[in-house]
Amino acid sequence: MSNLGPLLSLHGVSKSFPGVKALVNVDFTARAGEVHALMGENGAGKSTLIKVLTGVYRRDSGEMLLEGKSIDPRSPQEAQALGISTVYQEVNLIPFLSVAENICLGRQPTRFGCIRWKAIHERALKALARVGIDIDVSEPLSSYSIAIQQLVAIARALDISAKLLILDEPTSSLDAHEVETLFRVIRKLKVEGLGIIFVTHFLDQVYAVSDRITVLRNGKLVGEYEAAALPRLQLISRMMGKELAEFEMQNAKGRPAPRDAFLELRGVGRRGSLQPIDLSIRAGEVVGLAGLLGAGRTETARLIFGIDQPDSGELRVEDRSTRIDSPRSAISHRLGFCPEDRKSEGIIPNLSVRENIVLALQSSEGWIRYVSRERQHQLADQFIRGLNIVTPGPEQPVRLLSGGNQQKVILARWLASHPRLLLLDEPTRGIDVGAKLEIEKLMVRLTGEGMAILFISSDVEETVRNSSRVVVLRDRRKVAELSGDEISEGNIMRAIAATQTEDTSR
Amino acid sequence: MNAPHFIASPDWKRLQWPLAALALVLVFNLFCTPGFFRIEFKDGRFYGSLLDILNRGTPVALAALGMTLVIATGGVDLSVGAVMAITGSIAALLITKGGASVPLVIAGSLLAAAGAGFWNGVLVGMFRISPIVATLILMVSGRGIAQLLNGGQIITFENRAFQFISRGTLLGLPFTIALTLAVFAVLSFLKRRTALGLFIEATGDNEVASRYSGINTRAVKLLVYAVCSLCAGIAGLILVTDIKAADANNAGLWLELDAILATVIGGTALQGGRFYLFGSLLGAVLIQTLTTTILTRGVPVEFTLIVKALVIVIVCLLQSEAFRRIVLRR
Amino acid sequence: MNLRALQRNIPFLATAIVCLLLYLAGCLRYRGFTSPGVLINFFGDNSFLGIAAIGMTFVILSGGIDLSVGGMVGLVSVAFALLIEKSHFHPAVAIPVILLGGILFGAGMGFVIHVFGLPPFLVTLAGMFLARGLAYFLKLESIPISHFLDAITRTVRLPMGSLELPATALIFLATFALAFAVAHFTTFGRNIYALGGNEQSAVLMGLPIGRTKIAVYAVSGFCSALAGIVYCFYTFSGNPSAGMGLELDAIAAVVIGGTLLSGGVGYMAGTLIGVLIFGIIQTGLSFEGTLSSWWTRIAIGLLLLLFILLQKLIQAKKFRTAKTFQTAV
Repeated sequence: MSNLGPLLSLHGVSKSFPGVKALVNVDFTARAGEVHALMGENGAGKSTLIKVLTGVYRRDSGEMLLEGKSIDPRSPQEAQALGISTVYQEVNLIPFLSVAENICLGRQPTRFGCIRWKAIHERALKALARVGIDIDVSEPLSSYSIAIQQLVAIARALDISAKLLILDEPTSSLDAHEVETLFRVIRKLKVEGLGIIFVTHFLDQVYAVSDRITVLRNGKLVGEYEAAALPRLQLISRMMGKELAEFEMQNAKGRPAPRDAFLELRGVGRRGSLQPIDLSIRAGEVVGLAGLLGAGRTETARLIFGIDQPDSGELRVEDRSTRIDSPRSAISHRLGFCPEDRKSEGIIPNLSVRENIVLALQSSEGWIRYVSRERQHQLADQFIRGLNIVTPGPEQPVRLLSGGNQQKVILARWLASHPRLLLLDEPTRGIDVGAKLEIEKLMVRLTGEGMAILFISSDVEETVRNSSRVVVLRDRRKVAELSGDEISEGNIMRAIAATQTEDTSR
Repeated sequence: MNAPHFIASPDWKRLQWPLAALALVLVFNLFCTPGFFRIEFKDGRFYGSLLDILNRGTPVALAALGMTLVIATGGVDLSVGAVMAITGSIAALLITKGGASVPLVIAGSLLAAAGAGFWNGVLVGMFRISPIVATLILMVSGRGIAQLLNGGQIITFENRAFQFISRGTLLGLPFTIALTLAVFAVLSFLKRRTALGLFIEATGDNEVASRYSGINTRAVKLLVYAVCSLCAGIAGLILVTDIKAADANNAGLWLELDAILATVIGGTALQGGRFYLFGSLLGAVLIQTLTTTILTRGVPVEFTLIVKALVIVIVCLLQSEAFRRIVLRR
Repeated sequence: MNLRALQRNIPFLATAIVCLLLYLAGCLRYRGFTSPGVLINFFGDNSFLGIAAIGMTFVILSGGIDLSVGGMVGLVSVAFALLIEKSHFHPAVAIPVILLGGILFGAGMGFVIHVFGLPPFLVTLAGMFLARGLAYFLKLESIPISHFLDAITRTVRLPMGSLELPATALIFLATFALAFAVAHFTTFGRNIYALGGNEQSAVLMGLPIGRTKIAVYAVSGFCSALAGIVYCFYTFSGNPSAGMGLELDAIAAVVIGGTLLSGGVGYMAGTLIGVLIFGIIQTGLSFEGTLSSWWTRIAIGLLLLLFILLQKLIQAKKFRTAKTFQTAV
């Protein structure tokens, strides 16, 4: 820890966009020689804060001081010139060029306009030594693992300017060993007096390397804490905005009557995205998949739906071992999937509401058996009314609908095809309360009719209310499975918070 | 006009600019070209400048219809002209050396055209090669293949039945026009009465979401390239029967560019998504009318190239968001 | 040379091997192939293709494409011929004027591409139409150029033993040397590689993307103009139909030379070898006598296909062996 004055301090910083208050009156300080973790769930304002710091956005109000001097960076280059460097999750370098060139790109030493390659080579070696790695800098960047590429990005950032280093979700793509290497580098830089801001959602890592933690929620500052003094459960409750005392809302459902599993995952995993997991989903039940952002919930859904392929384990549908190697294959097994990212993976923006709704149904019918216009209009009207989709009419291009209504259209698309298992990834995000309840009632009706549902939601309360079983994920692994009376917000949060040795199940 | 119910009434609002441009050119001709609108009826056939334009424009129109489907999926087919040459060469070969009957000639050459399209479709859909590059290959080598088939010469032939394609009349109108309208009707039918229209538009608008919804986007892409080349093949037959010769070097030269232009004028965006078959027809008619008008004024044909260049730029600028932002701000 | 460096440069090596094989095949089949004069002609006869291909290499490396090259050659050859014959400009004045025109034309296209975000394919297509149309507009048939050029081309030759390198080949090789230097030893050149490698990252890294993009098309315009002038040297005439399809040949030479069409990867030397392959194929065909030019088209098409598939194969392999990462957000 350091005893220097604040390196960077923000006071009362706010930033709004049309219709959204991304940051409201946020204070934040970073000190030299210290690692400060920035945490928060979806919509907390983490990335907005970082973008304000690095000049991508300009703040609406508030003060930003670097080493006591007021700053107002208007571009990443300006921020960099001030000494604030950022390394992003997707390493923003040029993969085909050599490591040495990537480090020096844009600032190559030249003589009479001619690049001095030897000088570049030496400079790169020096920069890399600072982060403690020794590699062949003449090899192209892409020939190295993401972990090494990240260290090169850090080396470049430090070579340009070196007061404050921001690491934006650096460990999402690293395995345990590589994370350790990164942390070694971070600790080394810390000792050298660098200020480091570490944005992440991996709990274990936060405690492994940070000195202080700032939690944001819904654009507001929740608090700043010393890492050593904040128990994990408290951290989680701060992030979710729930107090321990409130955790007694139990699941009202009784134990489900045992029925045959419709879908079973046995040891299914994929290197880099999900550790091998066992999961079974029975007809007529809602299985909730709980966990923090980045825990592996969407990854699980993608593996089930055939978008990604597992490299271990066995998938069984109706007690028969099978391979689902594409969404078409999944659909033929009577699966449906409402993706989290509805804009790029869900809606067909320029097509009408009616066409979007009919799409999955039509594709399973084939191209010759055209679903008649009357039937299409019937379906569209049915779902527009049933799900309360706000639209001037069924022919409205979907991109003109609000986010919540777009979500309903996608939901309608899958409902129209009558799947046996429906995977819902954040189906209620951005939907008003009334509609949320309607969807919950819908889920009850569907499961009553025998449909199985995998329900992914960041809203723990919602998960508790709707699920007959809850599987808890953390850091890409399954850590607990709760059923019947065990399902409660408290138990879920405790399962997430438990350290590795306390894991209750696999 | 009461169009058959499977051909949707065109979106007249979207077509207002091309229609206005066409009207402008026609009005210009009304005043400056004597006898432009005169139509005669002789020996069971109509004659006149207007009909000439439509007749000459049929190869572009056919190519544009096929190109529209390809562009709708977010791709492009540069090999259309080369396919026309290949089709013509095979037809000429089958007639002169093979001595085949006319239906067989037509079937054989169109089969080859469809095969070329299938080739393009495999490269784009299966190997995921960029459409510009994939169709470039056939564009570069296609005419070479056509010349190979011709033995390096221009093959001529005489076959009244075969020549009906470009010389014949149906209900007094040139057969070529009927042929083009028939293709238009078939494609419209496929678009509106089968799911193909939906699949193509969805694939072009958001391929990922389409795939997640169960559409076989690979098959869709394969299909559109095959159909595009088939349309080009039909155009190739028109060209070869028009001059009664297979000219591998010049048949359909640069026609792909006209086809792309016609499609874009007709309202189909280059990025893909919604497509407008009638718009592409209109675009082809506009291009042909413009070309003919320029020629009859005695301006050398080269000038049309400059005009086309300007049209491309204007259309794209209008489609460009950045341009609209800069211009509207003033 | 270590194994990794070899592995990295598979496209380039493949090109070099194919070139070598073709040459050897030619030498085995035709007795005249091994004569040094033939070798020199590879460079001399294809000089304007080579120069155009060099400009095209820069554009493709940056992730773009330039279809206006052929049209430019036609326009430039006519303009040059007119300047010299009708307006009686001295070549020393006419040449810089033409080259400047080429630079401005290219920069204009680059400007439209960058500022308005229009696809390079379309903008340069329009450029091609414009240039070709202007060429025909200026003059419909070809214009013979008088002894002026004759004198120049006769004096500007490099004696090499009993042979001479013609001016056209010299210009080609000089352009290549210059391009090589720019690509590997200037920040401009490296920025082009960065731009083609990953435009988003290049922007975030603070590189001057706008300037680089416009400049790259200006360079291509310069090369097209130079190619047009060399065409005049070669044919002693200006012809508005010159360079028909040249852009496709140039693209083919660049791709065959190992440069990825998506940009960011490739070598100038690769393009040189690509042009050589062109030359070998055409010379071989002329030696064969009975076959005609269409075989060149087919051969080029096949080679193009081969190399594109090879590029795809390498990319697919890289993708599969690298870790793939999915995240929840």
